[in-house]
Amino acid sequence: MTDKPLKSVLATDCGSTTTKAILIELVGDSYRLIVRGEAPTTVEAPFEDVTRGVLNAIREVEEVADRKILDGERIITPQEGNVGVDLYLSTSSAGGGLQMMVTGVVKSMSGESAERAALGAGAIVMDVIASNDGRLPHQKIQRIRQLRPDMILLSGGVDGGTTRHVVELAEMLAAADPKARLGTTFQLPVIYAGNKDARDEVTKILGEKTALTVTDNIRPSMEQENLMPARHVIHDLFMEHVMAQAPGYKKLMSWSPVPIMPTPAAVGMIIETIAREQGIDVLGVDIGGATTDVFSVFGRVFNRTVSANLGMSYSISNVLAEASVEKVLRWVPLEVDETDLRNRIKNKMIRPTTIPQTLEDLMVEQAMCREALRLAMIQHASLAVGLKGVQQTRTISDTFEQTASGETLVDLRNLALIVGSGGVLSHAPRRQQAMLMMTDAFLPEGVTEMAVDSIFMMPQLGVLSTVHAQAAGEVFEKDCLIRLGTVVAPWGEGKLGQVVFKARIGDVTREVKLGDIELVPLALGETAKAVFEPEKNWDFGAGKGRPVEKTVTGGVVGVLLDARGRRPFVLPDDRAKRVAALKRWNGAINMYPEESLVTS
Amino acid sequence: MAHSYTPGLRVTGFATMQKTRRLPMKGEVIVAVGAPVKAEDVVARTALPGNVKTVNVANLLGLPPADVPGAMLKPAGSSVGENEPIAQSKSLFGLMKATAKANTTGTIEHISEVTGQVTIREAAMPVEMSAYVDGNVVEVLPNEGVVVETYGALIQGIFGVGGENVGLLSLAVSRPEDVCGADGLGDIKGKVVVVGALADVATIKKAREKGAVAVVAGGISDHDLRQLLGVDLGVAITGSEDLGITVIVTEGFGRLPIANRTFDLLGKLSGHKVSVNGATQIRAGVLRPEIVVPRTNSGEHEKPDAFGGGLTEGMIIRIIREPYFGKLATVTELPPQLMALETEAKVRVLRARLESGEEIVVPRANVEMIEG
Repeated sequence: MTDKPLKSVLATDCGSTTTKAILIELVGDSYRLIVRGEAPTTVEAPFEDVTRGVLNAIREVEEVADRKILDGERIITPQEGNVGVDLYLSTSSAGGGLQMMVTGVVKSMSGESAERAALGAGAIVMDVIASNDGRLPHQKIQRIRQLRPDMILLSGGVDGGTTRHVVELAEMLAAADPKARLGTTFQLPVIYAGNKDARDEVTKILGEKTALTVTDNIRPSMEQENLMPARHVIHDLFMEHVMAQAPGYKKLMSWSPVPIMPTPAAVGMIIETIAREQGIDVLGVDIGGATTDVFSVFGRVFNRTVSANLGMSYSISNVLAEASVEKVLRWVPLEVDETDLRNRIKNKMIRPTTIPQTLEDLMVEQAMCREALRLAMIQHASLAVGLKGVQQTRTISDTFEQTASGETLVDLRNLALIVGSGGVLSHAPRRQQAMLMMTDAFLPEGVTEMAVDSIFMMPQLGVLSTVHAQAAGEVFEKDCLIRLGTVVAPWGEGKLGQVVFKARIGDVTREVKLGDIELVPLALGETAKAVFEPEKNWDFGAGKGRPVEKTVTGGVVGVLLDARGRRPFVLPDDRAKRVAALKRWNGAINMYPEESLVTS
Repeated sequence: MAHSYTPGLRVTGFATMQKTRRLPMKGEVIVAVGAPVKAEDVVARTALPGNVKTVNVANLLGLPPADVPGAMLKPAGSSVGENEPIAQSKSLFGLMKATAKANTTGTIEHISEVTGQVTIREAAMPVEMSAYVDGNVVEVLPNEGVVVETYGALIQGIFGVGGENVGLLSLAVSRPEDVCGADGLGDIKGKVVVVGALADVATIKKAREKGAVAVVAGGISDHDLRQLLGVDLGVAITGSEDLGITVIVTEGFGRLPIANRTFDLLGKLSGHKVSVNGATQIRAGVLRPEIVVPRTNSGEHEKPDAFGGGLTEGMIIRIIREPYFGKLATVTELPPQLMALETEAKVRVLRARLESGEEIVVPRANVEMIEG
């Protein structure tokens, strides 16, 4: 497809509530976003046909772009003159996305590999059942029976190792006789990606009871993780079994020559593409109403996690429950009554479409966002780890007792770019708010560029990248990302008020003291040579007290010099001092309208 | 007098409703199309396969798994009692015997020569599905359940906990803004009791103690909900709580008067038999709690929603977010252009006059329409 010039692409993303369409065209010699349209998703009653919403979104694109794409209910392909498009693609997370259960023999080894394979394929993992997960066999069987996943990934054992444990897991599945979430008549898809020596036995046990697919072992040896074959099977089964059961999807699938991809899998693909093409470590986060997805590439290893109950509307109450009221309110420079806060959050949960009208409400919502992102990042760091069990000369029965964990791959000091997505970040009234929310939540170290996804088109660009990387890359750079600027933060320890580092950015020189932040303007599209000279107890990566030279990138916010400390990050415990610090920071970067800085 | 409701939530005196009553797995339907049913009647039943327990016979007998089938005293398919020997090994000229016993009562389902495990399935658990509402069976879903049709009032709440219940409707307050409290409940055994603007945890517990099957209120405080559930509810997916009582709130969290329209309808239906369900799910496929009041079919149907056309000037609204949360107002202008809020977000707004006379601007996303 890439050897023929592609004039136009229409791509849709069918979300749980909204179906979004974008039109991309070749303008001159590069691809650009032309228009976007959206319409409510129509998977649920009374429509129960996803294509209704897709057609409505496309009609909006037709109107705004003033050009014909549809012939009745058919997308005209290829483009002839100004009519039709050359390619149509779609992603989908409607109907709750892809929900999976995974199994492994050792929870921290094949169990984690299975979890990573499912998450990387865009699934929500409902549970990880492992031989050593501490539950009794009948408890596991009961749990399997309770869950109604879209599919199950059964893994365990290294190739050539003992088959007994993974066969035991297969027997448990057979005893539980689990049912699929959608449809009452078809068999539950089960993927076997464990010890290849157990394939015959597993097929004997599950072949008749389930729709079994056998693929390569995700953990062929202790030292090796091989997730791609299982991920591909998950995508195929998602199309064949899950999507085919959802109303209208058979028709939708027939409209596109490219398979419909789960939305998070497509976002992961674009994050992987950026990291690979620019040779950098990247972190992407998408905070929605119900869930928060975190994607990362550290040292060329891709990871994705989904925090299924951390979000800004449907799940907002769970953010409060998991983070605690104190943790949320530490970001709010105002007096807020706890009972009132709790009722407000619950009312947002049951009326998820309301928006903050007052600054106080906005500050509370942005405080919730920081905590949701922080918690999602903790979950991500705990799963994005090196392989466990490597370089151990133990037998499987020994590794059952193994407690050592693999080191997390998340290395904030090498992180070059953070991309944020989701309404609370992309639609924050001031871009400084998005930048500080992400800075406070992730606490990047060293020199890190930040951006937000303007209108959440990463899913469509992700699926496009599989067939036309150039078009996806150009639109991503020019139309999708809004570059906020760069955060500069050394790590070390010192006393409040002491100078932490001196920054020279182009012609501008600043000295930043511990507990302060400063903003140096550097416009969108500009870069500047910079020298950062840390004091003796502070480090930018070259060693304590040693200066570093960097090229920093500007953006709609600029360069944020952050001397609030890392490990630990300093947020005063005393309420009055904390409120004073928050107001000083907000003032330094012009975060909110001025009057908010004098109220309390 | 103003009446209010949340868009999407139905509050109607006359409607034809169909309730699908589906078994969790295939079973037997015991009523036929056309049969009149009471809410309490069983319409379908099935037996859920029993729990499964495993006995690691290979370990217990110190045998290789492949030898386990040969050591079994009972073949697959046999019934066994708890502690009954199921396998035995012999050694030392047959003198030393090791025995593996069943760890539960059930049927031997599987004997594995790979893992050496024996699977025992316990007795099936009967499950019965009731009609839930008084009505008539209009469809039989073969082996799965039925569709029961009823005619009457439907009041959807905004949030609830606890599952299905049936009882007589009773009002413990005379005005929607009042709160009866734990001491003002009266004789409520077997009843669905309307307690006013707030259901606090003491009132709910007292109502349960006195035998009420459900409590209906305008609001509940998050603090009380946490005490009632024992956990901080993170996501609004409810209905399976085992509370011994169903709780339905019509307006939201905090002390909130029940909307007049809802309260008036509840008042008219006091003494009627009602079916309630607290199950709430606020995600794709929204499910709200409900009060269903079957009535004699007079053929009367309420006019379809008068608000289909959306907001208009002069319409009475209720504001559902700070800083005017819960207040009523009259729409005075619907500016077409986006306007900046105090937060600086540019959104679609409306201008309105509060009952106090104050003129305000609010985002359209933050209001509910109210019938004048």
